[in-house]
Amino acid sequence: MVSHFGFGECFFAISSAPTKKEYIEVSVMKLGKVTSALHECEIGDTLGVRGPYGNNFDVKGWEGKNLVFIGGGIGQAPLRSLINYVVDNRKNYGKIDVIYGARSTNDICFKPEFEELEKRKDVNVHLSIDKEEKGWKKFVGFVPDNLLKIKPSPKNTIAITCGPPIMIKFVIQNLLKIGFSEDQIFTTLEMRMKCGIGKCGRCNIGNLYVCKDGPVFSYDQLKNLKGEM
Amino acid sequence: METLTLEKNKLPQLIKKIQSRYTVLAPTKCDNITLFKPINDYKEINLDFLNSKVSPKSILFCQTETLFKFKQGISAEVKSVDFPNSKNVIFGIRPCDAKSFSIVDFVFKDDFVDPYYMNKRENTVLIGLSCIKPGVNCFCTSMNGGPAFAEDVDILLTDIGDKYYVEIKTSKGNEVVKTSKDLFSKASSSDKNKKQEISEKVEKAITRNMNTKGIVEKLDKIFEDPIWKNISLKCLGCGICTYQCPTCHCFDIQDETTLSDGARVRVWDTCMNPEYTVHASGHNPRPARMNRTRNRVYHKFNYYPKNYNIIACVGCGRCINDCPVNIDIIDIIDQAREVKA
Repeated sequence: MVSHFGFGECFFAISSAPTKKEYIEVSVMKLGKVTSALHECEIGDTLGVRGPYGNNFDVKGWEGKNLVFIGGGIGQAPLRSLINYVVDNRKNYGKIDVIYGARSTNDICFKPEFEELEKRKDVNVHLSIDKEEKGWKKFVGFVPDNLLKIKPSPKNTIAITCGPPIMIKFVIQNLLKIGFSEDQIFTTLEMRMKCGIGKCGRCNIGNLYVCKDGPVFSYDQLKNLKGEM
Repeated sequence: METLTLEKNKLPQLIKKIQSRYTVLAPTKCDNITLFKPINDYKEINLDFLNSKVSPKSILFCQTETLFKFKQGISAEVKSVDFPNSKNVIFGIRPCDAKSFSIVDFVFKDDFVDPYYMNKRENTVLIGLSCIKPGVNCFCTSMNGGPAFAEDVDILLTDIGDKYYVEIKTSKGNEVVKTSKDLFSKASSSDKNKKQEISEKVEKAITRNMNTKGIVEKLDKIFEDPIWKNISLKCLGCGICTYQCPTCHCFDIQDETTLSDGARVRVWDTCMNPEYTVHASGHNPRPARMNRTRNRVYHKFNYYPKNYNIIACVGCGRCINDCPVNIDIIDIIDQAREVKA
């Protein structure tokens, strides 16, 4: 949680990998009161930080497996941490596919990093934008459709998705269609949060709190939860 | 632990004795409603009340509470707030409201201890007063409580005519009265019988009943049922049910500022507000009144029992009494039970 005193406090995923020991990065989209104020910050300003809260990706348990990352829009921020960690420990993992889509080329997050990633031979990057643009030769359409086209093999594979709720919904449907089982699909969720420690009440999905019991959930867990996302 | 009696005319003396070591909060009459307030003098206490309009949760979980203060600007500085050392007695709390503290404790103690609530909780002694007349919408007996239920208070007083039957339940309670033991007499078996008689009589006077048998499992099956839409049709979304509920504990956190200084405060919030869950993107997981009405019911009768093994309702009836459009939680649970699933 990052505080800008006088404006308030917001939750962000840590978007840098734990392999970067000397700092942490959070990615902030300028949207509301606090995030707009954060964008006005200058080097040397004092902010408040507390956390981290909640659970994490099981990177140790996934060693030896193929990984498919499916991100949309600013949902790439938490995946970036995971992707960079996996790339830094490349030999511990199997085939890696990174599927990412944004509304337009202007909306692509971490563009220079995707360009670097595309140069690597041991990572397959599949980018898309929602609507056609001059000069764009890659996939045009929504992320779930790109996923169906790429059709990653579910064998010994974990799929991790993050993006707008509607995208997550169809990505999960399509993953199941391709043959992924429910415990092979993971997502990291976002909700409006205030306390971060399971007390203020607002980030619940059914009886679980995203701040405390999540934000990482397997689809296996999610499908049994009665609640709104 | 110990059962005693206290003659009614000795109550002012007892309160005075307690006041020498504790701040006493008691039911007082303010503009024709009863509220728990700190008192200076015994005369301010009004014991002729059904229950306080606002539940005494507001004493431990304040409607507005400063979490810390800060100086704004380039070198922002954070200053923590001091926790008061004062010890409080809530005198005259009803057994249902005392039970609500036992229920809300789970949230504020869970994983991360909430020092703001817990500090006050630990420094507060509950001297309960049994009900001698239930309200029209009281249903504590359906929620594992009762008008003279003594398990959630430190001391329970029951009016048995010209004296109070006094049950000292905890060492915290004993600590409060240890310097005034001379005011009390030993309780006889006839005093005990009298208390029993009165509490049974009051229990019988409770006309409303909520049947919660199997409600957790039932709610699991009817999340998508149209009854939630029907129930929410007349809801105005005013949130009074949640503000008045002694077990509702949701809050918002805001920064309040002057030019250079500021404070981070938490304030009561309600899941009845659409803003409660709306994301910065505009997406709202609970966009419709139906989603929010359903969340209130599920939080109390499904999520809370799943997390803490207890229903988050004490049967105080405030949400029924104060709803401007007569939405009735007992009626909702009845309807839910009738859905075929």
